[in-house]
Amino acid sequence: MFGLPVVIQNPKQAETLGISIIYQELNLIPHLTVAENIFLGRHKMHNKVHIDWKAINQAAEKILRDLEVDLDVQSKVGSLGIAQQQMVEVAKALSLNAKIIIMDEPTAPLTDKETNNLFAMVRRLKKSGVTIIYISHRLEEIKTLCDRATIMRDGKTITQVEVADITVDQIIKHMVGRELKDKFPKVDKTIGEEIFSVQSLTSAKISDVSFHVKAGEILGFGGLVGAGRTETARTIFGLDEKVSGTIMLHGKELTIKKPKDAISHGIGFVTEDRKGEGLVLSMNVRENISLASLKTLSQGIRLLLKDEHALANDYVDKLNIRTPSIEQLMRNLSGGNQQKVVLAKWLVSESTVLIFDEPTRGIDVGAKIEVYNIINSLAQAGCAIIVISSEIPELLGICDRILVMARGRKTGELTIEEATQEKIMTLATDMGKHVKERSL
Amino acid sequence: MKKISPERLGLKKFNNASNIFGILMALIIMSVILSIATSSFLKPANLLNVLQQISINFTLAIGMSFIILLGGIDLSVGSNVAFSGLIMAILMKNMLFPVWLSILIGVLVAVFIGFLNGFFITFFNLPPFIATLGMMSIARGAAYTITGGQPVYTFPDGFTAITGRVFGIPLYTILIMLVLFILAFYVLKYTRYGRSFYAIGGNRSCANLSGISVKKIEASAYMISGFCCGIAAMVLTSRLDSAVPTNAEGSELDAIAAVVIGGISMSGGEGSVSGTLIGALIIGVIANGMNLLYVPQGAQRMVKGLIILLAVIIDVLRRRKEN
Repeated sequence: MFGLPVVIQNPKQAETLGISIIYQELNLIPHLTVAENIFLGRHKMHNKVHIDWKAINQAAEKILRDLEVDLDVQSKVGSLGIAQQQMVEVAKALSLNAKIIIMDEPTAPLTDKETNNLFAMVRRLKKSGVTIIYISHRLEEIKTLCDRATIMRDGKTITQVEVADITVDQIIKHMVGRELKDKFPKVDKTIGEEIFSVQSLTSAKISDVSFHVKAGEILGFGGLVGAGRTETARTIFGLDEKVSGTIMLHGKELTIKKPKDAISHGIGFVTEDRKGEGLVLSMNVRENISLASLKTLSQGIRLLLKDEHALANDYVDKLNIRTPSIEQLMRNLSGGNQQKVVLAKWLVSESTVLIFDEPTRGIDVGAKIEVYNIINSLAQAGCAIIVISSEIPELLGICDRILVMARGRKTGELTIEEATQEKIMTLATDMGKHVKERSL
Repeated sequence: MKKISPERLGLKKFNNASNIFGILMALIIMSVILSIATSSFLKPANLLNVLQQISINFTLAIGMSFIILLGGIDLSVGSNVAFSGLIMAILMKNMLFPVWLSILIGVLVAVFIGFLNGFFITFFNLPPFIATLGMMSIARGAAYTITGGQPVYTFPDGFTAITGRVFGIPLYTILIMLVLFILAFYVLKYTRYGRSFYAIGGNRSCANLSGISVKKIEASAYMISGFCCGIAAMVLTSRLDSAVPTNAEGSELDAIAAVVIGGISMSGGEGSVSGTLIGALIIGVIANGMNLLYVPQGAQRMVKGLIILLAVIIDVLRRRKEN
């Protein structure tokens, strides 16, 4: 560091040297206030026993003011939005006199406006002499924000470049190690009859959501984080309580009270939170792949272990899941391969309706294309598919139709021909509604 | 010399071979040391004694394995044994019920106590620690109440024969353990129901999302534990030929110890009932060995405590390595 060799054995030493990391999953304590979080473990003291709260609050206020962030230092962190929580993390890093701040995918949970705020902050930090290491999958961000970039693949550095000298496509080329003809592979398929429909679905968090999906069709769900897209999926799947509305499959109304019912009707749900909900990390690849299909894999009470082995091996091959064996524990696989196991799990269950919630979040470009291929081949096989995504290019790239939600309601529906980035954003921010409300 | 590893011994097939392998080695090493240090350890009569001594603990530990696999805990097993044992005793001795019927009713009572645990935990979302802590006190209190604190003793021959010896071998005691072990092993490894325990213990919300009826299975685990309490109550009451409200006091802790030493993670989702068998054997062998070496009771308890700590430390270190 600064030309001198340093030895770093634990996070504390890194901190002392002036290196701070802002992780993807924020490390704040929700029940403590902003100021307490900033100075956690380094309370200013009157004397040995008495904490000087006033000094802490004042110091926190000063840091936030310097950052041009408007936050009440005494509010609980749990009550803040994710973007504000990130600002608290940045403040914490600065309070430690950080010279180098590492940010890991900071914009993943942010809306466009929040992202712009964050970028403004990063630029201010840069101006004040702080070095930022910015880790991101969103290559446009690298283009707009960064000066230099290091491109890595399979745990190795591939190249280091001046960002001004390189295009996004060239970056992608380095990342996947091969030329990508198209980020979004296209396939020939026929869209058939309407097989799945939802009418006036209402829960505590969504109201009056209606849509239908045809066989072979990919319906995109656009909108901002918190617009009610995931909640719609959860309600369909029996995870959130349905207040009213009907869910129809092949013209028959379904009664879904719990996920088990949804699965038995042939509905699959690839959730957003891979580690939290998608996988059992302590189980192996084979056990995860078969998890939603144990019923068909048993005879009476007995599990057909041979069939299970064959099936798991089959899908590991088919989906090109990189693992030493099907007995490998899930936690030892990379994010992209973990995601493919989640997909395998729902492919095995032979669902006819599949809901994908942010299916490519946090996985590399190569794995993304493999995920798109899987989704496409499911559509070709005649499944009705719903893809929830916050990345508008992704929606435009893989969907046949796009439904947009805002504040728990459906605000519009666009065919792929008429859909543009701007139209989706307008519906997602619900501009039309605002104007109307104001004129009333 | 090459290191001895589970792969080299052809144990790779087993999912958790390396965990089992470690504690199996520990058991073997201890046995070797004891057979050198004492002249009587290896004698068949002594080994049969060990098996008889671990029977109650192992029976309870089997039920406890199911619960800890889910990340739960059952503190009420000792009290459950005392209460259901007394029920059997009173039915047989005071009300002159046939032996088989008394046992059946006693076991059903034990299962019902397990059902109540499961009900409180799943229906009211009580933490298992609290729910079973409450039940521990309730069942113990009930045991005192039904006899006014008095013991019940001398039972029909048909009942004491359960733990009697055939040609010097505690045959039925061993058979009961063996049957329970095989059942539990089969269920956990070869059935859909058993697989669900690993899924729920590993990631509850993923299990739910994958269509597993999490609450039903959780409730059933406490009933399995209750059933094991009933069987343990039968064996214990038969062997002592008396039922006292203080029977099996503290035995929940021994059962938890066997499970933990056997490598089932306290946070659930990992481990096997074979590990529990080895865990129970380790506790049994150590107790037996220390008795043979005339180690006083106080020191014995301390050693047992140290072994539990050691087992958990190994579990923690293994986890840290994996992450």
